[in-house]
Amino acid sequence: MAGSGQTDPRPLSPHLQNWNWHATMYGSIFHRVTGAGLYGGAFLIAAWLVALATGPEAYALVESIAFSLPGQLLLFLWAMAVLYHLANGLRHLIWDGPGVGFDPKVASRWSIFNFAFAILGAAAIWSLASLS
Amino acid sequence: MVQLTLPKGSAPKKGKVWPKPEGKSVKAFKIYRYSPEEGGNPRWDTFFVDTTKCGPMVLDILIYIKNNIDSTLAFRRSCREGVCGSCAMSIGGQNTIACTKGWDEVAGNTITIAPLPSQPVIKDLIPDLTNFYAQHAYVQPFLKTDTPEPETEWTQSEEDREELDGLYECILCASCSTSCPSYWWNGDKYLGPAALLQAYRWLIDSRDEATGERLDDLEDPFKLYRCHTIMNCAQVCPKGLNPAKAIAKIKHMMVERVV
Repeated sequence: MAGSGQTDPRPLSPHLQNWNWHATMYGSIFHRVTGAGLYGGAFLIAAWLVALATGPEAYALVESIAFSLPGQLLLFLWAMAVLYHLANGLRHLIWDGPGVGFDPKVASRWSIFNFAFAILGAAAIWSLASLS
Repeated sequence: MVQLTLPKGSAPKKGKVWPKPEGKSVKAFKIYRYSPEEGGNPRWDTFFVDTTKCGPMVLDILIYIKNNIDSTLAFRRSCREGVCGSCAMSIGGQNTIACTKGWDEVAGNTITIAPLPSQPVIKDLIPDLTNFYAQHAYVQPFLKTDTPEPETEWTQSEEDREELDGLYECILCASCSTSCPSYWWNGDKYLGPAALLQAYRWLIDSRDEATGERLDDLEDPFKLYRCHTIMNCAQVCPKGLNPAKAIAKIKHMMVERVV
């Protein structure tokens, strides 16, 4: 309202502070979070390869870190991030290409499926790895 | 820019708890209050309403409070039947129009009612939507033609008319745009779901002859492409429309005209 004599700046209404999240909103932010995580993960792969090329001692050090509890936890989260980003990335392709899956109910279920795929997929990889 | 917290002076403080009447059907409503005359931070007031004494919708609750408890409570409303879009607000943490939302549809013992998110507040539940309306004007939501006007009306086939279903029903309540995190962070540059749905409504209209210019006006890193398919817009639309899908179709048109 121009000319109303308002000098006090108006407050901004609450957004994140008062928002009831849909599955699709979690789906979107986790796509970005896992994407950023994978960027860091690329450095870890590089470190692993450099250690492999350097020699047995360097490789043993990296292996001891990888098989420690924090190392295993990191690798598990990393596997989940890869699988989630893959599943949700495919969904982005389907959204952008054929343009299906925009119905809010379908989109919500699809987000939940992608999370389940990441968790169960990482668990499956771990159980396979522990067998061998 | 992304700002996860509210700026200084905007965080609501604990407010007044109004007297609670006797009865089994009393429900609590936590309502955002801000008065430019009083200034200071906004606050959360708690009202108790005997739901047997008013109608089924959240708007009925607000009108009951204004009539019987606190007449200074400010909110917009007009048609009370989901046509005008005036009473859009955040109810239970999601945007919708108060006149078609039943209070019994909102989960929880206390129902939170706030203005549409991330907008400057004029008073209580009334946000300043100047920017939102300017964005609607930007997409030029009217028929644009070069060919001479026909003697009768501009005609269109039934199939072409069907393309406008799911688009023309928009009542410009702003629930979708103010639900969108991309709009929260970049509302000054990103046009937002409502304006883009209207843009698509004219892009796809078989009678309109300004498709190229309309696409030119949207070709920008922010205006169109800040949509990251978060889907809040389609989740909250009180008319069941799907701005996310319309935006995806505009992106398709952008690609198709280059290929």
